[in-house]
Amino acid sequence: MKTIFERPQSMTKAETHYCPGCTHGVAHRMVAEIVDELGIREKTVGIAPVGCSVLIYRYMDTDMQSAAHGRAPAVATGVKRVRPELCVYTYQGDGDLASIGMGEIVHAANRGEKITVVFINNAVYGMTGGQMAPTTMPGQKTTTSPKGRDVNWCGMPIRMSELLSTLRTPSFVVRSSLHTPHHIIQSKQALRRAFQYQLAGTCFSFVELLSICPTNWGITPVQSNKWLEETMLPYYPLGIFKTPEDK
Amino acid sequence: MPKILMKGAEAIGEAAIRAGCLSYFGYPITPQSEVGEYMSRRLPEVGGVFVQAESEVAASQMIYGAAGAGVRVMTTTSSPGFSLMAEAMSYIAASELPAVVVNIVRGGPGLGGILPSQGDYFQAVKGGGHGDYRCLVLAPATVQEFVECVMKAFPLAEKYLNPVLLIGDGMIAQMMEPVDFDAVKTEPQRDVEAWATTGCKDRPRNVVECLWLDPKLCEDFNFELIEKYKKMTAEDCYFEEYELDDQPEMVVVAYGTTSRIVRTAIEELRKDGYKIGMLRPITLFPFPFARLRELSETSHVKAFSVVEMSQGQMLEDVRWAIRDKFPVGFFCRMGGIVPSPEEVIDFLKQEFVTRGLKGAVS
Ligand SMILES: Cc1ncc(C[n+]2csc(CCOP(=O)(O)OP(=O)(O)O)c2C)c(N)n1
Ligand code: SF4
Ligand SMILES: [Mg+2]
Repeated sequence: MKTIFERPQSMTKAETHYCPGCTHGVAHRMVAEIVDELGIREKTVGIAPVGCSVLIYRYMDTDMQSAAHGRAPAVATGVKRVRPELCVYTYQGDGDLASIGMGEIVHAANRGEKITVVFINNAVYGMTGGQMAPTTMPGQKTTTSPKGRDVNWCGMPIRMSELLSTLRTPSFVVRSSLHTPHHIIQSKQALRRAFQYQLAGTCFSFVELLSICPTNWGITPVQSNKWLEETMLPYYPLGIFKTPEDK
Repeated sequence: MPKILMKGAEAIGEAAIRAGCLSYFGYPITPQSEVGEYMSRRLPEVGGVFVQAESEVAASQMIYGAAGAGVRVMTTTSSPGFSLMAEAMSYIAASELPAVVVNIVRGGPGLGGILPSQGDYFQAVKGGGHGDYRCLVLAPATVQEFVECVMKAFPLAEKYLNPVLLIGDGMIAQMMEPVDFDAVKTEPQRDVEAWATTGCKDRPRNVVECLWLDPKLCEDFNFELIEKYKKMTAEDCYFEEYELDDQPEMVVVAYGTTSRIVRTAIEELRKDGYKIGMLRPITLFPFPFARLRELSETSHVKAFSVVEMSQGQMLEDVRWAIRDKFPVGFFCRMGGIVPSPEEVIDFLKQEFVTRGLKGAVS
């Protein structure tokens, strides 16, 4: 019998704790598949964030380290600099990366750390119960913006891919989405390219993945995918923002 | 090797390199920026890694990462920077990683000043970051001793899988003193394959983390930490006894820079016949509680004094050590002012009077 679908070697047998419909699981799987496909399981170190995916170290069958909230790029810097032969990636949510960890991500990118960052933008703080994130959409209701994000006081959502692509240090910066199978395939291609840049020692690589959080958005997974498409996509355009070849 | 004259801050960096620490992450802050400057120049020469981080928050998280990857690593900072490292210190202790951190304490609170202080004692020995954890804390008093402590710090951190914190101040970091790097040999690094993230080749994966969703497991870990700290107390509590072997009436407790001044004061007072000596803690955690208590129970010791550049932080530990058997005299200067030998001598003479001791033989 031909096997057409199985657990990636780089994932453990642990069951994930994610809510039904959550895209964290999809993103984990893609990362694991790429680690398998590139044959780098034995030299990969993943850095876990603080957020819903804090337990990613239970799911990835590779060496893993945890980081304090937002600090994953600094922890990854520490690992990669002292063991440059390893493949080091961080996996971070939008609260983790774009709020408390803004300093760490910008400087890791600007130093051109040869690491890969997987950035899960679900426009909300998932783990702590759906508070407003720096990426929350204008007017989006959250538990700390009960009347909707008021841009007059909270500013506009931060577009991390655009922001990082303004840095003059060569890097690979791409935004993709997880709301349809087609987009998932595209996302995986972007991720593969990001890891390849790291393996070649070329540059810092950053993959933003637009994601859903049905639980805290208060709608079904199907409605969430639709909301992502209608509300987030126009503000967070997909595509490659920067490649190391750019002048 | 002959002794060479070296500035404290640079000697700290060189000692780390000689101890096999080839990675340094730091952020500049007076009065210890020279450590980073030295490392930026020396580490590339020996194939090491120097990174100037964007903040102390990041520098300390970088050493968390590097320590997790199983290499000898160090960062150095001064008080305001150490506050920013509190988060990482807690994570490093909780993840049971070896790492060496130096805090060259300056006047505080707040931005404070840049001159010598001992105001970070509580922060150093009582935890500093969140949760129940301790660093093993070394407080050398000379540049030579700093070098030796840095060299010992790495094996100690590896023995206990725990951060080791060295504290000093601008006096030691900025002063030039003769040093002999061959006075101590560093033990080689222990095997890290059982826990470090070196890539899971031919072994099960290693995970460095510190989250316990089950409170029972978190409590169990806390009990393990208690055992670890007991072992430190039993095996690695260091102190120096100065002029304590001829039945002195008074024991002064001082560490680091203030111990040097107290030493001078005692030399002078002894010329006048005062029976006085000093216990100088070298480890502030574990603290020499047992030895102080023993001294308080001898028939000849009638008084204790503490000289400190803080409002009386170590004083609390000394009082606890002797269970307040005697009132403990206390003298301090703060905010960057180092006490002069004269004022310490005056204070100690006054203590002899206040406590009704014999003092000088007339
Ligand atoms: C220093 C610190 N501050 C706050 C928290 C609480 N906290 C945990 S996760 C989180 C937000 C996570 O949101 P995000 O990064 O978007 O991840 P998601 O859960 O949405 O995947 C916060 C604020 C913490 N753990 N540590
Ligand atoms: S709260 Fe949101 S981000 Fe977290 S697991 Fe549930 S759906 Fe996913
Ligand atoms: Mg989020």
